[in-house]
Amino acid sequence: MAQQKEKPRVGVFVCHCGINIGGFVNVPQVVRYARTLPNVVHAEENIYTCSAEGIASIKEAIKEHDLNRVVVASCTPRTHEPLFRGACADAGLNPYLFELANIREHCSWVHMREPDKATEKAKDLVRMAVARVSLLEPQEEPEIDVMPTALVIGGGISGMTSALCLAGQGFKVYLVERKPELGGMLKKIYRLYPTGEEASRVIGDYVNAVMGHKNIVVLTSANIKDVKGYIGNFEVTVLKEGEEIKLKIGTIIVATGAIEFKPVGLYGYGRYDRVLTQVELEEILKGGKSAIDKRFFKLQRVVMIQCVGSREERPPRAYCSRICCMVAIKNAMIIKEWYPDSDVYVVYQDMQTYGKEYEEYHRRAREAGIRFVSYTKGSPPEVTALPNGRLKVVVYHALLGIRRELDCDLVVLSTPLIPYEDAKELSKMLKVPLGQDGFFFEAHVKLRPIDFATDGIYVCGTAHSPKDVGESVSQALGVASRAAIPMAVKRLRAEAITSVVDESLCSGCGTCIRICPYGAIQKDERGIAKVIEVMCKGCGTCGASCPERAISMRHFKDEQIIAQIHAILRRVAA
Amino acid sequence: MTFEPTIIAFLCNWCSYAGADLAGVSRFSYPTSIRAIRVMCSGRVDPALVLEAFINGADGVFVMGCHLGDCHYLIGNFYAQRKIKMLKKLIALTGLEPERLRLEWVSASEGARFAELVKDFTNQMKALGPSPVAGEKPDPNILENLLAAKAAVEDFRLRVLVGREGEMVDEGNVYGEKVSQEEFDEIMDEAIAAEYIRNKMYIMLKKVPQSVKELSKRLNIDPRNVLRHIVILRQRGMVAMAKVEGTTPLWAALEVGGR
Repeated sequence: MAQQKEKPRVGVFVCHCGINIGGFVNVPQVVRYARTLPNVVHAEENIYTCSAEGIASIKEAIKEHDLNRVVVASCTPRTHEPLFRGACADAGLNPYLFELANIREHCSWVHMREPDKATEKAKDLVRMAVARVSLLEPQEEPEIDVMPTALVIGGGISGMTSALCLAGQGFKVYLVERKPELGGMLKKIYRLYPTGEEASRVIGDYVNAVMGHKNIVVLTSANIKDVKGYIGNFEVTVLKEGEEIKLKIGTIIVATGAIEFKPVGLYGYGRYDRVLTQVELEEILKGGKSAIDKRFFKLQRVVMIQCVGSREERPPRAYCSRICCMVAIKNAMIIKEWYPDSDVYVVYQDMQTYGKEYEEYHRRAREAGIRFVSYTKGSPPEVTALPNGRLKVVVYHALLGIRRELDCDLVVLSTPLIPYEDAKELSKMLKVPLGQDGFFFEAHVKLRPIDFATDGIYVCGTAHSPKDVGESVSQALGVASRAAIPMAVKRLRAEAITSVVDESLCSGCGTCIRICPYGAIQKDERGIAKVIEVMCKGCGTCGASCPERAISMRHFKDEQIIAQIHAILRRVAA
Repeated sequence: MTFEPTIIAFLCNWCSYAGADLAGVSRFSYPTSIRAIRVMCSGRVDPALVLEAFINGADGVFVMGCHLGDCHYLIGNFYAQRKIKMLKKLIALTGLEPERLRLEWVSASEGARFAELVKDFTNQMKALGPSPVAGEKPDPNILENLLAAKAAVEDFRLRVLVGREGEMVDEGNVYGEKVSQEEFDEIMDEAIAAEYIRNKMYIMLKKVPQSVKELSKRLNIDPRNVLRHIVILRQRGMVAMAKVEGTTPLWAALEVGGR
């Protein structure tokens, strides 16, 4: 803070919010009270401070009263802080010299039956805000350049879709795939539901487009070894066949996919070779009817069991794998088509064929004669071998209340998609979280479903959770659009609320380095902690833990918080 | 008039502050006892801030963060949890009721839970009565104890233990050596007790130089232990021998820091 500390001149704007605040809190009284507070040189009330008139009034008051601090007592900073900060900035005031007192969500709306107490609380909240704002310091948001190059990790349908979309917008894309060939999970799949297209043809078109695109560099048989840096300026080391390749990257897309759960020990899987998973079945189906005949002679009866190893009581596999109902119906229909005289049973807990197309598909399967038998979690089916090599499935039919014995040629287990084991390593390198189930975890389930909390890194496809091709492609297009934003803008403003190390106090113990979840603190050549500001997200945990108390948080300094505590507890005479 | 507690709540920006906002949007009413201070993460709540609130007469301090596993900053709330665990043990030594400090997780979607928790904590504080250091006449003993506790959490040892608990227990040091949770808790308990008493002694010696015997009597601990603490305080440059009365040395506190 190079500039001289000037005496605070605080302006307080108390909002009626129509009747939302004014109906319960005595706003004129709060304004009168605000005028008595130290450093306050102006206070006024507004019907709506956030309206055009309200904003104009703030700007005028800043000029007229030479305000250098502004407090608005209205609603939550989570929604309205940017607006009021903008008003301050327009009037030439640093936007960080602003504080909101939340007298609506935290006061008038929750104390409607106690207007007197609500008014007293509103005064307290204004006093806290004035105490805090008086100690706030101007902050600058550092600008950073963004490298217009994307890294896509994973060469399945999601990764290829993202890569093509970004490359089509003119960005350079590195596509890293651990396997020798592109294609991912779909290479194992026979046909796609509900259209019945052959997966190999779909994937073939994508691979050709990706390989032929001048903006895409494909690195197969390659793994991510190290990721350093931050949005716009990642330094990524890729290991390809023993050789290290260093890349400078602006944004990163995680499209690493998922694998099928192998249910060893469940329903005879691993013991009987007539018990397969759905993906294993698909791999045989790809060989056509002759491949089936060769392996099982002729299919007279097939039993598919749903929810094998998913929807369990506890994580990591407590989730519904979302695609298995449709996969089972699709494969059941293929078998029925090839062997019209066969019986195909789908033994299920709940058929979840969500949406209109999928429900229609389900209906068609029933019409085609696929038999659906429900079981309950408490009494799952049992699979045993018969002397002739075929299998017997005993199902307790939950609706009819009877036990049914089904001799069959093949049992297919619908198992969930599960995350790759090494997703953990990648998550550590990228400093992004995994959920309890081990899948990559988004910033917000509804509002930021494909972003990570870490800027410049995005997630799509089954790396995030089980989903089908259509959903994976939608997300892949989504992340391409998200990743394109900073690369198109080219310059970004980074977070101003970061931690700062007081070098004279730092003993170089390294506690903060271990604590920081973003790797934003490093030791410099003297062994003293140094914050890489653009990587710091401003949580403040380092400062609250620093053994030497050498770290302070911009905009949330100890003395600013202590001022609030004192404002609450050491009552200033009204 | 019935007692209305004053509760300071540290709310993390992403979950619990948003949960409090949702309580408002949903018009879930709760007592007016609470004054929220917004911080970016529950991990930001420095133990010294909590004690600052108690020293100034808060009847209760509520720290709220995102549910474990949901922290906006991945793991900040685990650090909050460790800090509060340490603080509760420390506060128990001061004579202030440790129940006056509470940690809860409230997500952005748990407006009703926020309102319920505020109600519940307020009732709990009402039942407990005003803080002994609140009001015009704070209990001088407990106030001094709280000042000692605050000095203890501002010092290196407790902070480094709290900051490194995860590393020591879960990850192990550079040699891969781990400390079990029980072992760690033992070390921590010992450190809390020792640092508290040392800082308490320091405050006492700041007022008037005293002998080991006097300190032992007033603190009700074995003189040999007092002497051990004095030796450490002297090593840290916090106390020095002021004079000798007869054959008995009197110890006095030195001005330290400048923070």
